[in-house]
Amino acid sequence: MIFRKDDIIVNTISRILIPFIQLYALYVIMHGHYSPGGGFQGGVILGASMVLLLLTRGYDEAKYKFPEQIATLFSSVGVLIYAGIGLLCLFVLGNFLDYGKLAALLNVTPSHARSLGILGVEIGVGFAVMSVMYSIFLDISTGGVLPEDEEE
Amino acid sequence: MRFISFIVTVLTGALLIYGTVDMPNWGDPNSPASKHVSPRYITKTEIETATPNMVTSVLADYRGYDTLGETTVIFTAGMSCILLLRRRKKKKAR
Repeated sequence: MIFRKDDIIVNTISRILIPFIQLYALYVIMHGHYSPGGGFQGGVILGASMVLLLLTRGYDEAKYKFPEQIATLFSSVGVLIYAGIGLLCLFVLGNFLDYGKLAALLNVTPSHARSLGILGVEIGVGFAVMSVMYSIFLDISTGGVLPEDEEE
Repeated sequence: MRFISFIVTVLTGALLIYGTVDMPNWGDPNSPASKHVSPRYITKTEIETATPNMVTSVLADYRGYDTLGETTVIFTAGMSCILLLRRRKKKKAR
């Protein structure tokens, strides 16, 4: 189990670094259309920032920022966003994951609708990858016994 | 027995190396793999998807179904870790 360490260097550096790591992760996800990056890479960077929070603050504090129930929920929400965008294309009489047909809904040209569809599924992938990384790290570091379950 | 397995290994290796003789040259623009759908991806990506990054448009648009599967694989990995490792609190006896 990871506990908080009262080391001023570790705490200050992590407090300064975590917001910038998360900002960079969002940049990698949003800028996937123009540069190397996308949902998988950005999601892993976002998960790494959560893992850094867990490593430096311990689970007792990290669970207020990102509890494991939310991590489990987000991992399925990510896949649901992806599959939901695919199903939405079915409802507007396109094929599964045929984003071009979303143009009527979004009121843009078909090529732009495909670009926005790519962005949407990347966000879904980012959600899933981030929470799965965090959840796996949590399980392995605690041996599967979370502190609130340990009492009694 | 070791001699037989040595022979089998050499024969299989020779067969595999013989199979590579028919492979197209590295980076050959006339190889079948680069003549089928690749030219369309290269020339039409920007027009069809408004995405300058070809890798992203192939990953999430032209091959979106594959990426949905990849995401499901990652999701399944996370769920398997939870199912295998996590121990839940037992219900209190009443």
